[in-house]
Amino acid sequence: MIKLSINGLLVEVPEETTILEAAKKLNFRIPTLCNHDDLCVAGNCRVCVVEQLGGKALFAACGTPVAEGMQILTNSLKVRTARKHVIELLLSEHNADCTKCYKNGQCELQNLANEFSVGDHIFLDLLAHKEYTIDRFSPSIQKDDSKCIRCQRCVRTCQELQGVNALSVAYKGMHQKISTFFDHSMAEVICTNCGQCINRCPTGALVERTYLDEVWDAILDPDKHVIVQTAPAVRVGLGEDLGLSPGERVTGKMVAALKRLGFNSVLDTDFTADLTIVEEGNELLSRLKKAIVDKDENTALPMTTSCSPGWVKFIEHTFPEFLPNVSTCKSPQQMFGALAKTYYARAKDIDPKKIVTVSIMPCTAKKYEADRPEMRSSGYKDVDYVLTTRELARMVRQAGIDFSQMKEDHFDRLMGASSGAGVIFGATGGVMEAALRTAYEIVTGREVPFTDLNIMPVRGFDGIKQASVKIENCLDEWKFLEGVELKCAVAHGLSNARELMRAVKNGDLNVHFIEIMACPGGCLGGGGQPIPTNQKIREERAAAIYEEDMSMPIRKSHENPEILQLYEEFLGEPLGHKSHELLHTHYKERERY
Amino acid sequence: MKNIPVKRVDLIFEKIVCKEIFKKIISMDPERIIQSVIDSGLKGRGGAGFPTGLKWQFAANEKGDEKYIVCNADEGEPGTFKDRQILDEVPEKVFCGMAIASKAIGAKYGFIYLRGEYYFLVSKLEKKMDEFHLLMKEMGHDFRILLRLGSGAYICGEESALFESIEGKRGEPRNKPPYPTASGLFNKPTCINNVETLVYTVMILKYGASHFMHLGTKDSRGSKVFSVSGDTPKAGIYELELGMSVDEFVEEFGDGDTKAVQVGGAAGFCVPRKRFADTVIGFEGVPTGGSMKLFNSSRSMYNVMHNYLDFFAEESCGQCTPCRVGCQQLLKGIEAVKKGERSSKYLDELVKLATTMKLASKCGLGQSVGNAFSSIVENFKEEIIY
Amino acid sequence: MTLSESISQKVNKHGKTRDALMPILQDIVREKHYISDQDMVEVARQLDLSAADIFGTTTFYSFLDTKPRGKYVIRICKTISCSMKGKNSILSTMEEILKIKLGETTADKKFSLLETNCIGWCHKAPAILINDTPYTELTPEKVTEILREYIKQR
Repeated sequence: MIKLSINGLLVEVPEETTILEAAKKLNFRIPTLCNHDDLCVAGNCRVCVVEQLGGKALFAACGTPVAEGMQILTNSLKVRTARKHVIELLLSEHNADCTKCYKNGQCELQNLANEFSVGDHIFLDLLAHKEYTIDRFSPSIQKDDSKCIRCQRCVRTCQELQGVNALSVAYKGMHQKISTFFDHSMAEVICTNCGQCINRCPTGALVERTYLDEVWDAILDPDKHVIVQTAPAVRVGLGEDLGLSPGERVTGKMVAALKRLGFNSVLDTDFTADLTIVEEGNELLSRLKKAIVDKDENTALPMTTSCSPGWVKFIEHTFPEFLPNVSTCKSPQQMFGALAKTYYARAKDIDPKKIVTVSIMPCTAKKYEADRPEMRSSGYKDVDYVLTTRELARMVRQAGIDFSQMKEDHFDRLMGASSGAGVIFGATGGVMEAALRTAYEIVTGREVPFTDLNIMPVRGFDGIKQASVKIENCLDEWKFLEGVELKCAVAHGLSNARELMRAVKNGDLNVHFIEIMACPGGCLGGGGQPIPTNQKIREERAAAIYEEDMSMPIRKSHENPEILQLYEEFLGEPLGHKSHELLHTHYKERERY
Repeated sequence: MKNIPVKRVDLIFEKIVCKEIFKKIISMDPERIIQSVIDSGLKGRGGAGFPTGLKWQFAANEKGDEKYIVCNADEGEPGTFKDRQILDEVPEKVFCGMAIASKAIGAKYGFIYLRGEYYFLVSKLEKKMDEFHLLMKEMGHDFRILLRLGSGAYICGEESALFESIEGKRGEPRNKPPYPTASGLFNKPTCINNVETLVYTVMILKYGASHFMHLGTKDSRGSKVFSVSGDTPKAGIYELELGMSVDEFVEEFGDGDTKAVQVGGAAGFCVPRKRFADTVIGFEGVPTGGSMKLFNSSRSMYNVMHNYLDFFAEESCGQCTPCRVGCQQLLKGIEAVKKGERSSKYLDELVKLATTMKLASKCGLGQSVGNAFSSIVENFKEEIIY
Repeated sequence: MTLSESISQKVNKHGKTRDALMPILQDIVREKHYISDQDMVEVARQLDLSAADIFGTTTFYSFLDTKPRGKYVIRICKTISCSMKGKNSILSTMEEILKIKLGETTADKKFSLLETNCIGWCHKAPAILINDTPYTELTPEKVTEILREYIKQR
């Protein structure tokens, strides 16, 4: 243990603790900008500088480990002057036209400027001397260099957390900037649209492309029938942006609010999550059959999930040789869209032309996914607009709805019913767990052999998880699987995904089924979720997801009555002709940069 | 205080037979080698002036046998060109210094990081390195030197930026601690020394620590190679005993009309005429990596300051706020004052900003810009304003 | 030789680890005086690095040009000593002879004219580098003669 004093108060902390953490222990908040709980220390914004009594230079509290006998001052004259200077310097190269900024009121630099009353700061406006571009080409992410403060959180997110490396620090000195390969637009490069950078950007330099106005226009157009679908992770995150604590389940309040906003039908992506499980589970079994019974050596195994559009784009860029291994199932969002303008339209007798489908997603990559040219199998754009959890919160605020006082309501019927298996899609390991609950039962006629159906080995936040289930006493049709140990692997966060795929490529990992979610923690930690998101918050959201699962009367996808009804009335059978037409897709190899 | 007059010394460029010295050293205990260097009082000749023997001791104390010796030959400080001359004239002495250091700390590999501007030296250095490697083999000392080149980035002279560059990355300084002797190149214990420092270690071991210690002053032992340029009839490279005053230096090298000397390059200190007599060149006064630039009365110190700030605004790595934005603000700031767009009082704000840069920058670059700025502005305010 | 072969030659020489990146990029520049986007993608592929990361590293170093340059890249030092000792007249002489402005490349792709920071010849200012060769203590006459020699070369 190390003893030191901060502002005259003694504190004892373990070795390797930073001054920042030690100060937190004493309830001194040292302001930070480049620091983020999910990322390695950068120590480059210098907002967190502190003074050591008798020392010459100031230290960055975020990057300096404590030492025995240190006497730290966090609010001395030197510190205050330097800190204010740093904030003013940042403002001098920042486009501080705050009222026009999407992040107005949610900007960390703005907050600091306010805290330190910089007011009319003294330095010259450096923006006037430079040319900046706003990149609006991506359907998911908007990058405005004039608001960038070079904290490099986005770069560290893209490189370390996600292993994507679409963003990099380029040039040096006064020309230094955050750039893509050769300054291409975000739409042209390896960016997976995961939005983790947006979630960590302290200013308005990286924000989601917003479609709020388009959605409001549709809602207020009497000729349109506007359907909204909500992803599983939204219901455990939305509350955070509307004054509630992390981990609060707000499903019922959210449905009520959506109805108040004027959506004609409030439905659930969990419904198509269940559908995905049925289709994907059958796809896996049919691949296994091809490999084991037909001895077809070209069968692409292991099969990987395809629900996460960030993952899909990642593999298209990074491991194109594995594209045949990706399940052909569309994501729940896109299955929903395709069915909304076919099955739902027919059942409700509404001209699909008049249907507008909106989805509320914890994800920015979903915006890109909805824009993919393949996603028009209904004959229309299957999903018209995608809003993030944050955008929905903004919509609720715009409508003057007091969210915390909302009375709980229920999803509308027809594509509104779901199982607990659909809910856990929002957490890492959830698709795997849901798939196993169904596939095991298809093959053996019995429930998976885990207490309360909770497949614990695939839960939790380990970067790469592995599990296996031995298949015994199969039903006749599946005898070829008798005694087979079904092996699965799960990764979340694209850095882990890369590691896992490398292992598969090198032959170090031999499994049948792989679940990958692009974001840390799965969708509950998605790039479209409330800011901040960090490990503690992800854990709270995950706990809420599993509580929600336990609270559901139906816990297995294939028992969802609306799914059964869908196959009976419309699709016929899993992997059938209609399914292929509406629910499955294909992928393409993309550039390496 | 008694100053030491300008006195030429011939240690660095003295032609010696490295084999003989190395023969003597190879049988010495590492502790004894380190003790000699400690006893000599040698401080790093790159500018920062960390005691060399102590650095070697820290590196030697680290466990593990994967350690590195790095020779910092990224001489980029404006006005400094002595390392080029050393590498050109006595490269074998530089290698020998690295070999001694390798023996002292227990390293098998050494790197020379040579600035890209000196590429023309490469073929000669490679030839000499081949001879050196043969010598090492003959002596039975397992040590190999690899040559790495910079590509036009001043900041790579900062030790941790230099490591990043060798590792194939942007040359951005790291957070400290950890210091290089604990975790340096490839995150291994690393001893990094300037070209000139390494040659001095050879001469210290050749002539004994006391020979070196008796030169110079208490705070600045020994001699130093100076790069003299600017308004002087005697521009060039001179090895001089440390401890002289700026006055004495100007007496020797000035053109009779010297109004200021910039000691230590763009990142150093500006000494005005009125301070010549009471300013000692050395760690007790104005430290320098060797750059001595003289300005006579025909020069505008505004232009000098502008040139320096333009240099720093471009050569800052750009990662930390005080340096990246501060350099630009100082540059645009003096322009604005010159043009009358800001009042002369704004210079006071800029001096305060320079203090923040000194205190809050991540590495020595941003910290030293503040020095240069304050020392010029405080002494030549009128020239900056009008 | 294809691009891929040319890069793999350099990779074989310097290795596949990250620390081989600078030597590889330096070899490319020595060969063709700049590094193209395709070069970077190929290096990225062969070293299993990110192309954006290589772009970020490349653009940090002013000698690793990402714009096409002439066969002879002339860099004139603009730092204090050279600036004090007549850098501007050397520059305008070169501009006149080559009929290009600072930052430009001649139409025949033979010369590019750039500025650079201190190149370590302050005692013999003003100085320039032509590719890797320094020329010092320049006067307009001297630089004219030097350029004439280069112009004569094929």
